[in-house]
Amino acid sequence: MIRYDTSTDSAARRTLSGAARVLLALKMDGPLLLGLTLVSVYGLVVLYSASGQDWGMVTRHAIRLGLGAVAMLVLAQVRPQMLRNSALWLYLLGIVLLVIVDALGVIGKGAQRWLDLGFIRFQPSEMMKVAVPMLCAWYLNDRPLPPSPLSLAALAAIILIPAGLTAAQPDLGTAILITIAGTLVVLMAGLPFLFIGGAVIVAAAGAWVGWHYLLHDYQRERVLTFIDPQTDPLGAGYHIIQSQIAIGSGGIFGKGWMNGSQSQLEYLPERHTDFIFAVIGEEFGLLGLAILLLLYVFVVGRALYLASQTQDTFARLLASSIALTFFVYVFINTGMVSGLLPVVGVPLPLVSYGGTSMVTLMAGFGILMALYSHRKLVGS
Amino acid sequence: MAGRVRIKDTQAEHRLYLRRSAMAVAVMALMAAMLIGRLVVLQVMRHEHYLELSQGNRTRVEPIPANRGLILDRNGTVLAENQPSYQLELVREQVPDLVAALKGLAMIGLVPEDEIEDVQRLVRSRRAFEAVPIRLRLTEEQIANFAVHRHQFPGVDIQARSTRAYPYGALAVHALGYVGAISESDLTRIDRSAYAGTTLIGKLGVEAARESELHGKNGFREILVNAQGRSVHVQGEFGLNLRTQPPKAGQDLLLALDLPAQQAAEDAFTGRRGAAIALDPHTGDVLVMASMPGFDPGVFGRGITRTEYQALENNIDIPLFNRAIRGVYPPGSTVKPVLGMAGLAHGVVTADETKYCPGVYRVPGSRRIAREGRGGVHGHTDMRQAIARSCDVYFYGLAYDLGVDRMHDFLSPFGFGKPTGIDIAGERSGILPSREWKKQRYRDPSEGAWYPGDSVNFGIGQGFMSVTPMQLAQVTAVLAAQGDVFKPRLVKGIRDPETGETTMFDPVPLPQVQGGTPEQWDVIMEGMRGTAVYGTARGVFGRKVDYAIASKTGTAQVFSVAQNARYVESQVAERMRDHSWFIAFAPAEAPQIALAVLVENGGFGASAAAPIARKIMDAYLLPRLPPPAPAPAEATAQQAAPAAVPPA
Repeated sequence: MIRYDTSTDSAARRTLSGAARVLLALKMDGPLLLGLTLVSVYGLVVLYSASGQDWGMVTRHAIRLGLGAVAMLVLAQVRPQMLRNSALWLYLLGIVLLVIVDALGVIGKGAQRWLDLGFIRFQPSEMMKVAVPMLCAWYLNDRPLPPSPLSLAALAAIILIPAGLTAAQPDLGTAILITIAGTLVVLMAGLPFLFIGGAVIVAAAGAWVGWHYLLHDYQRERVLTFIDPQTDPLGAGYHIIQSQIAIGSGGIFGKGWMNGSQSQLEYLPERHTDFIFAVIGEEFGLLGLAILLLLYVFVVGRALYLASQTQDTFARLLASSIALTFFVYVFINTGMVSGLLPVVGVPLPLVSYGGTSMVTLMAGFGILMALYSHRKLVGS
Repeated sequence: MAGRVRIKDTQAEHRLYLRRSAMAVAVMALMAAMLIGRLVVLQVMRHEHYLELSQGNRTRVEPIPANRGLILDRNGTVLAENQPSYQLELVREQVPDLVAALKGLAMIGLVPEDEIEDVQRLVRSRRAFEAVPIRLRLTEEQIANFAVHRHQFPGVDIQARSTRAYPYGALAVHALGYVGAISESDLTRIDRSAYAGTTLIGKLGVEAARESELHGKNGFREILVNAQGRSVHVQGEFGLNLRTQPPKAGQDLLLALDLPAQQAAEDAFTGRRGAAIALDPHTGDVLVMASMPGFDPGVFGRGITRTEYQALENNIDIPLFNRAIRGVYPPGSTVKPVLGMAGLAHGVVTADETKYCPGVYRVPGSRRIAREGRGGVHGHTDMRQAIARSCDVYFYGLAYDLGVDRMHDFLSPFGFGKPTGIDIAGERSGILPSREWKKQRYRDPSEGAWYPGDSVNFGIGQGFMSVTPMQLAQVTAVLAAQGDVFKPRLVKGIRDPETGETTMFDPVPLPQVQGGTPEQWDVIMEGMRGTAVYGTARGVFGRKVDYAIASKTGTAQVFSVAQNARYVESQVAERMRDHSWFIAFAPAEAPQIALAVLVENGGFGASAAAPIARKIMDAYLLPRLPPPAPAPAEATAQQAAPAAVPPA
C-alpha cells in the first residue's frame, strides 16, 4: 500500500504539468478549485439573466468572487498550527465585535448586523461562521473522542453564545448557520446518539419556547407561511408561491436563458440574491438544476475527501465541518426556494449576488486547502 | 497533544471519524434525494400547473373597446358619431390612497368636489385592475393641468378614447337618447366582461334601446405586465404568443327620422313646450319625434356634473321628460274623427244626416248642460262639417247615442289606452275609459258607475280619457291608411360598418282596424280635409297649399271650467291654459305623413299646434311631391265652396 502510494506519488511528480506545479506551489487543490470555478462561472451566467442583464452587477459579483479567491489563496498558505493557535483569539474577537454590534443595535433602535468600518461593512457574525467550528475543533483536538459530557457542555457554550448574540441582532438565519457549523464539528467528533436524541427533544422544547417568547412576528410569519403559503399570497407567502411557480414552470429543459417570465418580469422577488435558484430552475429547467447540484456535490465530495486526508483531529474536524457546512448552505437555500424549508435568508453559495457570506465561504475553502496541503508537514 | 484523564486512542478516533463521515454522506444523500424529489414534483409532475400560473402572471388582458355604431337618419345624415377625446382613468390597485387621490384631483379641478363620493363608489364597483374613467372629454387646459401634477397621482392617467358626439346637438335628443358613463345600476344589468374597456352606455332613446347592436363586441389584447402590473416591453420569447382579438364595431342604426322635418318641427316649437310625432302611415316609420324643450346630450358624454344634472332634473320645463311618448294629455276634439267613424259604423248616424247645433247640449234625463267649447252656434251640421268645424254639440249627441261600451270597443283597436309598441322604452299607455275602468278607478260604487254625462264628455275627448302624442299620431296614421296600421319604429335598418352590408327591417303590421266601409273612411277624411279649408284651421293654411291636408284641431283642458263659466284664454295663467292639439295627414288622397302635434298650454289647437304641423309637413312633403301644376283644379274647387262659411 505504502509502496504503491510512493511509486505513484513519484511517478506523478515526474509527470506533473506546469499548471499542477503552480497549484501545488500555491497550496491549492486542483479539483476543488475547478469545482468552485465551474459553480462560480455558472453563477455569473445565471446572474446576468437574473439581474436583468445588468453588467454592473455581474462585474461586481465577479470582483467579489475574485476577493474571495484572494482570501482563499492567502488562507491556504497559513499553517494549520497557526490556525489552531489563533482559533481562541479569533473567537474572542468575534464575541467582542458581536457585543458591540448588538449594543449599537440597541442604541440605534433597529436591526444591526454589521460594523461600518468606512471602507467596508463588516459582519462579525460572518466571521463567527468560521471561528466557531475552529474553536470547537481546537477544543476537541486535545481531548479524547467521543467527547465527554463536560466537554459537550463547554462546546454548547462555545456554540450558543455567539449564536445567541447573532440571533439578538436579530439575524436568525446566520445564528442557525453558526449553530450548524459548530454542531457539525461536534457530530463528526462522535457526539453520542443519546445526545442527538436528547438534542431533538430539547430542540422541540426550545422551538416551543422560541415560538412563544423569542421569535419576532416576522419570523413567526415566515414559519407560518412556509406551512401554508396560500394563507397570504400577496404578503409573506408571495416569495414562496412565486418561486415555486418559477421552478415548476421551467419544466425539464427550462424556458431558456433570459426567457424566464417569472424572473424577467420581476414576479420572483430577490431573484438575483436568495431566490436565484428559482431563476435557474425556470430558465434551465430540471436539467440546469441537476447540473448545478452535481457541481455542488462534486465540491462537497472533494472537500470531504480532502478532510479525510488530513492527519490530526483539529484539521479533520474543521475541514469536514467546512465541507458539510457548504452542503448545508446549499440545502437550506435550495430547500427554501423549492418550498421544502421555511424562508430563511441564506444565499445560494457562490451563485447568489452579494454578501460577505461568499467571502467567508471562500475563506473556509482556503482553510480547508491549507489543512490538506500542509499535511505532510504535520505527520507521516 | 497529551490527554489529561483519558488517553487519546488515535486509531479508534479515526475509525469513529470514518463512521461519522459515512453517516454524513448518507444523510446528505438522503437530503439530496429529498431535494431532487421535490424538484421532480415541481418541474415534471406539476409542470403544467405552474406553467399556466406563470402565463397568467405575466399577461394582462387589456380590452380594446369596439367603436360604437353610428346613428343616421333616413337620408343618411349622421346624427350620432364617435369622436376621439381624452379622458381621465384610474386603476384602483395602483392608487395608494383613493380618497386622497380624488381629493387631490378635486384640488386641481379635475373632479368636482361634490362628486368624490360617487366616483369612489363607482371605482370600487369595478373589477380589479380595470381602468375606470372618472372624467370624460377633458379640455386641453385640463390635460395640461393634469400633466403638471401627474407624478402626484400614480395609477391615474389620461387615455385617448372615443366619445359620443351629436352633430346636431339637442336635435331629436329624445329619440336618439344619449350615452353616459356606466353607472352602478347599469353594471347590474350588463355583462361586465363584455363591457370591460367600454366607457359609455346608452341611456335613453335608441341609444339605450339598441344598446346591444350599437355597442359591438370589444376585443382584447394580451399585454406583458411586470409584478407591479405595469405594461412592459421586453424582448425574449415570453413576449411572443400574446393573443390579440380585434374588436367588432357596433352596428350603425338607420333611423326612420327625417332630419329636415325634425329640424322644422323643433324650430317651429322654439320657446314652447310640447311634442310632435310624425309617422309614415304605410310603414310605421317615425319621421319626426320631437319633445320640447330638449337638452344637449353632449354633456352626458362629457361627464355631466352633479350640478348640471340637478339643473336639468329640476328644470320646471322638465327637458329630460320625453313628452312624445310619456306625456299624457286629454285628446280633446282630436278624438272626433274616430268617434264619427264609430257613429257611421254602428249606424247611429249617416254621413249626410244633419243635426242642429244651438251651441248648448242638454244631457237627456239630466239637468246638466254641456256647452260648445269655443262658443258659437253651428246650426245644421252634418258629419263632415261637424268634424271640420269641431262641433261639440254634434258629438255630445253622438257619444250619448253610442254609449260608452261601443265607443270603448271601437276606439280600442285604434290604439287608445295601450302602448303603441314603439321601439324605445318608457312609453305610457294613456287611458281609454270604460265602465270596467271606472269601476276600478273609484272605490265608491256610486262614484264608480258610468253616467251619461261621462259619455258626453267622452264625445269631445275630455273627462277621463288621455293619450300620448305618440298614440294620437298612430291613430292619425290609421285614419290616413284607412285601417292599415304598423308598429311605429324609429329604427328601420342596421348597417354593418365593416362590410357596409345593410339590413332593412320589414314594417311590422298590426291587426287591421275594422273601421267601416271605404266610403265611411272617405267621409271622415273629407271632414278632416274641411278643417283646413273652411273649418277650425282655416286661417293657418290659407290658400297657398301644395297638397291637400286632412286634419283635426283639439284643445285639451288643463283644468275644468265651472258649469256656467266660460274659458277666456287671456285671463288664465300661462301654465293653466289649455293644451293645443293638432293631428293631420297629407296628402289627403295618398297620405305620406301622419302626425300629431301638442303644444302645452298652447290654447286653441289651431293657433299653436297647427302652424307647427304645417311646417313639418312642408319640410317632409315638399321635396317629395312632384312640382305642382300651376293651378291644380282640385285645390281651387275645394277652397271655393266653404269660403263663405263664417268661422266657428
